[in-house]
Amino acid sequence: MSGLEVQADRAPRSRPFSRHRRPRAAETIAAVLALFLVLAAVLPDFLAPGDPLGIDPLGAFQSPNFTHAFGTDESGRDIYTRVVHGTQYSLVIGVAATAIGLSLGIVLGTLAGMLGRIVDFTVNRFLEVLFAFPGLLLALLFIVIFGPGVATATIAVGISTAPGYARIIRAQLISVRGKSFVEAATVLGRTRWQILLRHILPNTLAPLFVLATLGIGQAIVWAATLSYLGLGAEPPTAEWGAMLSAGRTYITSAWWMSFFPGLFIVLTAVSATVLGRSIDKRMRHA
Amino acid sequence: MNEAGLRAASTAVSAAVPAATVENLRVHFGTTRPSSPVVRGVSFTIAAGECLAIVGESGSGKSVTARSLLGLNGENAHVTADRLDLAGQNVLGLTDRAWRARRGKDLGLVMQDALVSLDPLRPIGREIADSLRLHTTLNAAARARRVLELLDAVGLPNPQLQVRKLSGQLSGGERQRALIAAAIAQNPPLLIADEPTTALDVTVQAQILNLLEQIAHQGTAVLLISHDLAVVSRIAQRIAVMHDGQIVETGPTTEVLGAPQHEQTQRMVSAVPAEKPRGSRLSPASRPSDSSRTAAVGPLAHGATSPIVLDARSLSKSFRRPDGTKHLAVDNVSLTLRRGTTLGIVGESGSGKTTTARLLLALIPPDRGEVTVCDKPWTTATQKSRRGLRASVGAIYQDALGSFDPRWNVADILTDALGNTPGRRSPQITAALSTLLDEVSLARSVLQRRPLELSGGQRQRVGIARALAARPAIVICDEPVSSLDVSVQAQVLDLLDDVQRDRGLSLIFISHDLGVVQHVSDQLAVMRGGRIVEQGPAEALFASPQHAYTARLLAAVPRL
Amino acid sequence: MAEPVSRHPATLRGRLRFARTLRRLAVRLAGAVFVLWAVATITFFAVRLIPGDPALAVLGGPGSQASPEALAAVSAAYGFDQSVFVQYLAQLGRLATGDLGRSYALNMEVGPLVLSQLGGTVLLAVLALILAWVLALALATWSTRGGTVAARVGSGLEIIAAALPHFWLATSLIVVFSIWIGVLPPISTGGVAGLVLPVLTLGIPLAGFLGQVMRESLLLALESPFVLSARARGESERGVRWIHAFRHASLPAISLSGWAFGSLISGAVVVETIFARPGLGRTLLNAVTLRDVPVVIGVVMVVAVAYIVMTLATDALSRVVDPRLRLS
Repeated sequence: MSGLEVQADRAPRSRPFSRHRRPRAAETIAAVLALFLVLAAVLPDFLAPGDPLGIDPLGAFQSPNFTHAFGTDESGRDIYTRVVHGTQYSLVIGVAATAIGLSLGIVLGTLAGMLGRIVDFTVNRFLEVLFAFPGLLLALLFIVIFGPGVATATIAVGISTAPGYARIIRAQLISVRGKSFVEAATVLGRTRWQILLRHILPNTLAPLFVLATLGIGQAIVWAATLSYLGLGAEPPTAEWGAMLSAGRTYITSAWWMSFFPGLFIVLTAVSATVLGRSIDKRMRHA
Repeated sequence: MNEAGLRAASTAVSAAVPAATVENLRVHFGTTRPSSPVVRGVSFTIAAGECLAIVGESGSGKSVTARSLLGLNGENAHVTADRLDLAGQNVLGLTDRAWRARRGKDLGLVMQDALVSLDPLRPIGREIADSLRLHTTLNAAARARRVLELLDAVGLPNPQLQVRKLSGQLSGGERQRALIAAAIAQNPPLLIADEPTTALDVTVQAQILNLLEQIAHQGTAVLLISHDLAVVSRIAQRIAVMHDGQIVETGPTTEVLGAPQHEQTQRMVSAVPAEKPRGSRLSPASRPSDSSRTAAVGPLAHGATSPIVLDARSLSKSFRRPDGTKHLAVDNVSLTLRRGTTLGIVGESGSGKTTTARLLLALIPPDRGEVTVCDKPWTTATQKSRRGLRASVGAIYQDALGSFDPRWNVADILTDALGNTPGRRSPQITAALSTLLDEVSLARSVLQRRPLELSGGQRQRVGIARALAARPAIVICDEPVSSLDVSVQAQVLDLLDDVQRDRGLSLIFISHDLGVVQHVSDQLAVMRGGRIVEQGPAEALFASPQHAYTARLLAAVPRL
Repeated sequence: MAEPVSRHPATLRGRLRFARTLRRLAVRLAGAVFVLWAVATITFFAVRLIPGDPALAVLGGPGSQASPEALAAVSAAYGFDQSVFVQYLAQLGRLATGDLGRSYALNMEVGPLVLSQLGGTVLLAVLALILAWVLALALATWSTRGGTVAARVGSGLEIIAAALPHFWLATSLIVVFSIWIGVLPPISTGGVAGLVLPVLTLGIPLAGFLGQVMRESLLLALESPFVLSARARGESERGVRWIHAFRHASLPAISLSGWAFGSLISGAVVVETIFARPGLGRTLLNAVTLRDVPVVIGVVMVVAVAYIVMTLATDALSRVVDPRLRLS
């Protein structure tokens, strides 16, 4: 082993956020929650071996007790079972909507960032117009055309999130394209395709994982909102937003009908956000 | 006693009180136990009206020492000393309020790069008036007048127009003057200047140093912090050399520079490239084979007679500014590079040297003119045929870190440069990597690390290794040492020299630092405003410059 | 500060600046008109995708059992029998004159309907934005005061607040303040008390989001060299924050406020429904449920206008706060 180390030339001090840092308390909790939710979505019967749609008119409106951890609703259905089985809906909708939004966003963002000034200008104006349909409005427009329902709600949420992703991806792409290492690759004799595939795309898409994690939380909330407003899943489907909608009428008498589905929505959104940000921090300081 | 006598007596008394006295200063950062102390027992005195320079490499603790005199090391700092006096008054353990009363009034601070050291959102007039607002009872009109006086005193032309401008609207030199004006607004007895000229062009640097000298002559004591011995030697009366948290040598400037005692000082003195002949070593030998080459070696054997490897003819390039006007960045530039020699291109910011570098690397097409490499078309070739030729032309960049893909480690970078997919392992690749690392004096352990984890010098060595991997005939170096400490710079310059000899490379060395360019070049071209002002054999050019600008540049180069 | 050297250059400079500002405004207006046109076009063609006979929708939907003669009459009256292009131009023409058509479900002109509802929503959005700014600023200032505990707590609060869904927050606030404590009305009856919960519901999640942005840029500003220079001049901590750091910290938040306003309007859909407040959100929701297309188009157009106005306003504010933007 030859070759001497350079003297008097210190490497930077170890950074506070190295890639393999021990997770903080909040991150651990969020990760555990996320695992639980995934488990609930994949194996709902394992966690709640009951029938989410099974009614029991005599046992209606029970407050949380030993047999019914989260209480029962107006038809006597066990809320815990319904919440667990509802995870499937929410997660699938969230993932699907995010996938739709991300794909559209990647397409639009890449078109804008890679194909020259004219295309960039056009796509930018298009995005600007889409932003003039803030948030739910685009989704509502979609629903007006295609009618309410779970599928429509999912696609609607996906389309509403696409402009946001497109803008971020475009900005990232433009930033990476201008970086010094892309030029250095040209000097080394790489073709444009090689540079695109080996340098530009990996560096652009790397932050997408974080975006997707944050986005799934957001998408679940929006889909639940649409259901809550009566435009998504409809009762008696065991979907969180629909359950909240049904529980609205009984808010004063049976608060648990609204509380637990709502709690799960919030926990999902928060843990997705915490996880997303911690992954982001790790990747940035890697 | 008569009045003159009284005045003389009072100046004698105030002259006796030193501007600052520091004894056994220790500073460490950390909340519970002292982790590695950054400053370990530093002592010095600054007499009234004296200019003391503290010189050291980055990380030696000089900035922390200076900030201790201001109490601005942050909450995490633990500062202890046997004695810490400012103008005879103790400042150790002062309350926040007491500190605030002193800062700006008894002390001024000037840092590097006024673009970020002045609030970019506020007009400079307001920034300068701040210490007046905080320490005096002058009303707004009186403050405004004083600001104009100060701008005049620091040599800023047209003060009335400049007060309303933002720092971003001024040139580098003007900004730095404004920053100095803000620091001396209250005529403090001590001015601390922490790398005040690092971000400036050479000629501007000379002007700012003159200004600091002027301020010192008027009675203000100046504590000058720098990593560059040559810069401080111009105006400092005494020099203290810091290394690893301690002062290793102190003394009058001429003594310290003329006969350095400590190894660190000797290293720093020998590292200054200005006026060291071509081929002489700047740093201690890092390879056994080099120790025999301690004496200055003359220019490489083949000089003006070797074949031309790169020929640039009448290059011109203009850009469109955001407001629509055209900016001629490169105007009719012609250069020739002969095999085995180094062509230096020197110019200040805005001279067009960066654009020239990119034209020579065929990263942008010239508007007019062409470049041929080894008699083959380079800028006029199609992208495809040029790609085949790219292996002959390598590049080393100023920002080594930015030139690496952030997701790759050193092994990936070098494997890719060798023409393989990063991540592939084979005995040939491993052997090739070893050879490359040996050539640039890097240890094997560097392979698994990412550039972020390496020091500045190591990164640049990786950059050199990458450029060498494709076995080029020509390497274009665009400010390769500008962001390095002087001693690291010396090592990298020596390495480039070694590599050039071993491989018979032809180099184009672009820099704003005339001292560096003087040391490395066989031929030299001076650029200004997009044009070549003067070019020819380096030695002749330096001995007797023909153009006035070249003469001015030469005069401004900091020398020991 | 100082007076210019002579008056003549000043007026010339002033005129040039005026001309430049005018040109910039003209470009912005052109952009705004373009966006509105594009929104109108998209909604027009989107609406055409709705399955079924539009004449049937006018007469009350699939269940209305309208006669073929009535359908034909409606088709002729509304121009549904003409080509797409003609209908499109007609629609553009109507929009340009401010005619937003007539609601299918409610028996009134869309224009006056939407305008009457606009005030309520704008009031909610503006108040919520102000609240969000105040909360975000307070949280960012407090959590950067020093100490890792405050920083972590502040960061955590912001993350949680930003993730709260509007409908959950609204319901919880109603439960706490109307049912348990009984201080505020669960449903708006007009008046200030009825505004509190809706504004809180909209403002808190936005405060979390803005707070994160503000805190990050505040930390960055506090560590920058110009703050060190200010401290070296004897500036107090408060002076450093308010004279220097705050301005830098607010820049990204200001540019986000345009988008934020849009998301507040979107959130108003839920909030107005839950609290039974009159406003564009509730109007839109009803229209979507009833497939009342003209009202949907009307609301979308008005929202687009409001969004554009807000974006222009935030741009102007950015230029005031950041003088660097005023240089070409």
